Amino acid sequence: MIGVVQFPGSCDERDAVAACERVGEARLLWHEESDLSGLDAIVVPGGFSYGDYLRAGAIARFSPAMEAVARFAADGGPVLGICNGFQVLCEAGLLPGALLPNEGLRFVFRQVELVAEDFGGPFGAEIPAGSTLSIPVKHMSGRWFAPDEDVDRLESSGQIAFRYAEGHNPNGSVRDVAGVTNEAGNVLGLMPHPEHAVDPLTGSEDGLALFRALAKQPAAA
Amino acid sequence: MKAKVLIRPKEGILDPQGKAVERALPALGFEGVSDVRVGRLVELETDDPSKLDSLCEKLLANPLIEDFEVQLADDG
Repeated sequence: MIGVVQFPGSCDERDAVAACERVGEARLLWHEESDLSGLDAIVVPGGFSYGDYLRAGAIARFSPAMEAVARFAADGGPVLGICNGFQVLCEAGLLPGALLPNEGLRFVFRQVELVAEDFGGPFGAEIPAGSTLSIPVKHMSGRWFAPDEDVDRLESSGQIAFRYAEGHNPNGSVRDVAGVTNEAGNVLGLMPHPEHAVDPLTGSEDGLALFRALAKQPAAA
Repeated sequence: MKAKVLIRPKEGILDPQGKAVERALPALGFEGVSDVRVGRLVELETDDPSKLDSLCEKLLANPLIEDFEVQLADDG
């Protein structure tokens, strides 16, 4: 069973549940819930949790659900953060870096090409290095940033999961980074929305691989 | 005690808001203005000013991308 966190201001949690249900079972997890028993994987979905007040993701990290997710991640549980979920995981210190307002100061909404890097963990196992994924972005603060020396270290430790293909960087992120993992590889965050790329009707099924990784997790004790 | 917290984008980090303001100025006749940076000001009242730094590091600012400066009111 995959749990999809729902904050006040989330808006992609139902699409995330629908994407999970293509490959397994899922349920919503209200932000005030702190009992994750029975859940094998977690999605922190997109939206504008707590109105993006202060900084995107800054308030959501203090919710009871996120404190439980932090413990779940520390125990090796797989966690996927999408867009605002990525911002929340960075603010919570579960992922490296931070998300800044887009370089062009505009909300971007378009299909982009991503290139998968050679990265580990449950997600890397589903996505061969060098493969290209077509997935939409829709965000205002998606410019991933980390200091140069940190990015060097993340590159050499295989924590850069996705980059925007040449000419596709929509937000000015450092070294075209679109998604990163934690050191253990069980937490992945990315700005593009794989839950909106799970059906040929909307142009691409490339997002399914990430949900397949979540569904493959052994059932929780 | 009243306090003000000034939060700024760290030096070296591109601040597109500041750039947009800077580019708009010449059209309004304000020449010779450069290095515009846009930050935030948080005003608050606190019983325990000694906790302000940690409050800033944990919530008000993200130390990876922002610098902060706490100013305590002189007259309490």
